[in-house]
Amino acid sequence: MSELGIIEPEIFLFEDTFSLESGKRLDGFELIYETYGKLSDKKDNAVLICHALSGNHHAAGLSNENDKRPGWWNELIGPGKAFDTEKYFVVSLNNLGGCHGSTGPSSINPLTNEKFGKEFPLVTVKDWINSQNLLRSYLGIDRWLAVAGGSLGGMQALQWAIDYPDLVEKSIVIAAAPKLSAQNIAFNEVARQAIVNDPDFEKGTHHPKRGLGLARMLGHITYLSEEVMKEKFDRDLKKEKIEYGYDVEFEVESYLRYQADNFSDKFDAHTYLLMTKALDYFDPAKYFDGNLISSLEQTKSNFLIISFSSDWRFSPKRSKEIVNSLVAAKKPVSYVNIESFQGHDGFLFPDNRYVNTIKTFLNSDV
Amino acid sequence: MYKIVNKWIPKNSHILDLGCGDGSMLFELKKELNINGLGVDISEKNIQLSLSKGLNVIEQDIDQGLSNFGDQSFDLVLMSQSIQALKRPDLALSEIIRIGKECIVSIPNFANFKCRLQLFLTGKMPVSSALPHSWYSTPNLHLCSLKDFESLCENSNIKISEKKLIKASGESTFLSNFFPNLFAEIAVYKLEKKS
Repeated sequence: MSELGIIEPEIFLFEDTFSLESGKRLDGFELIYETYGKLSDKKDNAVLICHALSGNHHAAGLSNENDKRPGWWNELIGPGKAFDTEKYFVVSLNNLGGCHGSTGPSSINPLTNEKFGKEFPLVTVKDWINSQNLLRSYLGIDRWLAVAGGSLGGMQALQWAIDYPDLVEKSIVIAAAPKLSAQNIAFNEVARQAIVNDPDFEKGTHHPKRGLGLARMLGHITYLSEEVMKEKFDRDLKKEKIEYGYDVEFEVESYLRYQADNFSDKFDAHTYLLMTKALDYFDPAKYFDGNLISSLEQTKSNFLIISFSSDWRFSPKRSKEIVNSLVAAKKPVSYVNIESFQGHDGFLFPDNRYVNTIKTFLNSDV
Repeated sequence: MYKIVNKWIPKNSHILDLGCGDGSMLFELKKELNINGLGVDISEKNIQLSLSKGLNVIEQDIDQGLSNFGDQSFDLVLMSQSIQALKRPDLALSEIIRIGKECIVSIPNFANFKCRLQLFLTGKMPVSSALPHSWYSTPNLHLCSLKDFESLCENSNIKISEKKLIKASGESTFLSNFFPNLFAEIAVYKLEKKS
């Protein structure tokens, strides 16, 4: 069910050369996006939603009549919700390099008439912000009322405030970090190794389903807290008793295998590799001698930073690094740590305090 | 309270309000003096109320330390009637002085005559409009008299540059000014580091 009903995605086509942070270039690209709500006459109510690692443009509403699962942030986007579509014009896109309709590794390379695959250049968070800025201009939006996102989406919200300070009024950075830790990169590397070591990946012609599935399993564990796994599965058995074998025995095994199967059927392996690399490379302080405070000095938006108590992938401590740097840079910032047992995935659920905090922050004159 | 402190605060100041509560003080200061304020509180409800006033507020437990705020990084640090509720008021006080170029701290006076009388006559812990909690549920861990607080400042090398003594209702009387340790219910101090 979704109050927004069926949402038709649209395509933004950019035909010029697009320069990437790596120095490589793309000869144009397409971005698929959806919008919810109406752009006001003054064009001052647009909110950009940035997606996380495996997300896409379909953030809310239904894709078609038979769609049973609404978009990934449907609990937060809609009439009366955190991102109230009665008030705001919400824009959500699939990032460059994605596999849900925007130009990426699974698109056809016009030069070879084959899929780009691993020939598709690596793109970074900065590249995403630049491409999103072209979409902004195409949509006739002068300035975002807010840019918001969770996890890798939160990092994009942060990068927006730094790269285009005049174009963002409010920045909502949720369950994010100012850059990845060695442990974060290590998890991403194991995921990538799982994909590239799948024999089907080597052939290049097949979809490395097993490797991608493994990558998803690993990722999924880091999105959940120990507590929520205990509550969902504990040590429950799939069958009546232990059989001393290697088939699925525990509920949690069955769940992970289901997640792996489901995900690897729908997602592109090269996009997964690219997205994890974009995460690893993210470091807005890089251009400021590694000083996060200096990187934030040029921002002009009012920040809301949100973390979740049981998140260990990007823990509250990581969010506080952003908060403290903003305070040191004398920038307006609010911070809340939401009590939650959901782990990193907490940002997807409509916890009351979480929803009210976003709603109040968006609504207030700051 | 606001009417007392606003005379001590220059326009456009950069202010940190530790234990900002529902944000009323920062809201008034922002409206009247165009200050740039940041609140700190631990209560979910207070944070939400402060946000709804359009204020910036950070969720943080002051008892866990204030090391995330830089030396002399604010023009003014405010702490309204929270210091007695902290685990270590002495450590908090030295942190406040480190962070703010100037500080305003207010405290309830436990040596007020009503408190003294209640303890003397009834033999029970005092409950008043300035100190409305029972002993078992009070957040006030370290109540003190004005003399106690002033000697802590003296020992911590802190100069009291202004002082205002009021009743819980906010008014200042002849008696509270002349016999503060006996008649004042709340004391408001402006503090700075002794040079």
